Amino acid sequence: MSNLEILLILIIAAVIAYYATKRQAQSWQASRDKTKLDSLPNYYGYFGAICTLLPALIVLSFWSFIEGNIISALVVSKFERLSASNASDLSLVMNEIKIIVESGLSEKNSNDLFYEKAAVLIERYSSVSLFLKVASVFALSILGFMYAYLKITPRFKARKKVEKTAVYFLLLSALVAILTTAGIIFSVLFESIAFFSQISIFDFVFGTHWSPQIAIREDQVSSTGGFGAFPLFWGTILISIIAMIVAAPLGLISAIYLAEYAQPKIRNVVKPILEILAGVPTVVYGFFAALTVGPMMSGLGDRLNEFGMSFEIELFAGLVVSSESALAAGLVMGMMIMPFILSLSDDVISAVPDSLRDGSIAMGSTKSETVWKVVFPAALPGIVGGFLLAISRAIGETMIVLMAAGVAANLTANPLNSVTTVTTQIVVLLTGDQEFDSIKTLSAFALALGLFVTTLILNILALQIVRRYREQYE
Amino acid sequence: MEISDNMDLDQEISKTVGSPLLESKVRIACRDVNVFYNKNVQAIFNVNLDIGKNQILAMIGPSGCGKSTLLRCFNRMNDTIEDCVVDGLIELDGENIHSKKIDPVVLRANVGMVFQKPNPFPKSIYDNVAYGPRLHGLTQNNSELDDIVEESLTKAGLWKETKDRLNKPGTGLSGGQQQRLCIARAIAVKPEVILMDEPTSALDPIATATIEELMSELKSAYTIVIVTHSMQQAARISDRTAYFHLGRLVEVDETGHIFTNPNHSLTENYITGRFG
Repeated sequence: MSNLEILLILIIAAVIAYYATKRQAQSWQASRDKTKLDSLPNYYGYFGAICTLLPALIVLSFWSFIEGNIISALVVSKFERLSASNASDLSLVMNEIKIIVESGLSEKNSNDLFYEKAAVLIERYSSVSLFLKVASVFALSILGFMYAYLKITPRFKARKKVEKTAVYFLLLSALVAILTTAGIIFSVLFESIAFFSQISIFDFVFGTHWSPQIAIREDQVSSTGGFGAFPLFWGTILISIIAMIVAAPLGLISAIYLAEYAQPKIRNVVKPILEILAGVPTVVYGFFAALTVGPMMSGLGDRLNEFGMSFEIELFAGLVVSSESALAAGLVMGMMIMPFILSLSDDVISAVPDSLRDGSIAMGSTKSETVWKVVFPAALPGIVGGFLLAISRAIGETMIVLMAAGVAANLTANPLNSVTTVTTQIVVLLTGDQEFDSIKTLSAFALALGLFVTTLILNILALQIVRRYREQYE
Repeated sequence: MEISDNMDLDQEISKTVGSPLLESKVRIACRDVNVFYNKNVQAIFNVNLDIGKNQILAMIGPSGCGKSTLLRCFNRMNDTIEDCVVDGLIELDGENIHSKKIDPVVLRANVGMVFQKPNPFPKSIYDNVAYGPRLHGLTQNNSELDDIVEESLTKAGLWKETKDRLNKPGTGLSGGQQQRLCIARAIAVKPEVILMDEPTSALDPIATATIEELMSELKSAYTIVIVTHSMQQAARISDRTAYFHLGRLVEVDETGHIFTNPNHSLTENYITGRFG
């Protein structure tokens, strides 16, 4: 009997409990002395269903969660050979045993008698566990129903109880998201602490040499490893700045056009199109950047070079545009976040109350004076908030940079050189065959922590600004 | 009162009762004004009305009778509403406001407006009042601008309360103060006419009294047209009162006359509270 089947039976039981308790409540209502119920019969039904379902469900999920570990521990304790071995060997052996259990014991597919013995034991424990689980879950379910049925009286405050349960249910749902986030933060934090125990924070943040390749074998020709992440953070900043230079004016001006000037017909066509643009996967922008914009710019650089040569102009002499450049990545990233800025700014501008526009127009100002002197200043905090959100998106962007800006950790202010960003390096560090306990892998967690802190600060700032803006009109 | 047939109504109010037209000192003149929304919904029917200099004209009538629509014709605010067509002649000081020579922007500088809900800009008190003068380049230097701001705030009865906090945001004032700030903002550009669209409907009685007092003082320099739902207010402050009903101007007369001895039965019903 699988968990799904148990769940199904529980739900059916809950439905039956709902109708049974509801019927009971209705019968009071219909009785000769017309007893006045505390709540509607429905709520008695819900109460019955909750009592039947909830405790059983909690036990079921808890049991399923720990079942595997307990069985493993029991098996390990039975065999001296297993309890003596170390952690990584043990998990390998246990995996093998579990495979045997799953493929069925009848087939003699293992030549080791030991494995077979263990597998038999696991299966025995599993069936015992399943029996206990089913028995306890259904017993709880029945007990819960009986409790509910005996508990309810016409004066019983069923509605209050149901409301309270609903609140806990909502709280639980919210907790799932919060706990997940907390889990991610702590895993990143602990790995980072492990990293910083080997490399000092100062060297990591301010060091300018980044080459995380470390010799795995003694005789390997490799760098000694450098973990100065400054070039990465600088690359992130450089590309984000270029992206914002492209996206901020374009997005803002189009937003003003859409919100203030465009005919509804145009607006209804343009806005969905731009929202589609915002939904294009970034990898698509990435190959657009790598295959079109990058080569185009390096070609343009060569052209200018020749041009300078033929006229003996010094200006373009040293101009070398690599086909992977911060500029190409920044431009394309700007195009990527432009719709994002546009959409947010458009919302904020549209939220400025019409009474302000009327007031300004009635003062004898033209449309554009109204827009720039009244609407724009009123919307400014919200627009800035939108910009900050856009910047944190740009900082977190990976694919475009990976494809268009390269992976060379140059510390340069020249946007025509190739640079790399924090996110790109995390990808490079964690893809392919990796040892998970090497310092190289740990450095990815440190980078992630740095990124996380940066975007967190930006997001908090943005939310603060947006909130202050909202308060102004409410 | 049930209106079953529009024909009856047309007959009943085909001609405005009272004295809509003035012999002299006319500031705004309306002749056969019709206003349409969406081409087929008519909001105003054949309104003929003169508004005199240094007078307060109160426009009263049940909701949806077109008084605000007509008010917004006087500074061409209806231009900003799509599909709104104003037909007929409206003159300001003898000049057709719809003629090609008139720039609506200049017109609106001459015909100020105060709205139902106080709508100060999210700027400082000073910048709110200085908005118009700066826009129209009325001043040469900062001290002149300071003078205009002080003068306007004084006229609006707000100077004493705000002179120490001119740099604080205008949105931080109380509702009544905000409305007086809007009046100060409107008179800072020295308009000839001030249009007020239910300026005290969102205010408490004390703030209302302050603003009514203010209007009586402003009358000496400006022509004021006020839309109001409060008949007491119309009776207290206005020189003439116009009663509108379903887009028709039913009756216009001296305020004292209208409230003591209305000629039209619709006006009488509204004033005595039997309808509206």
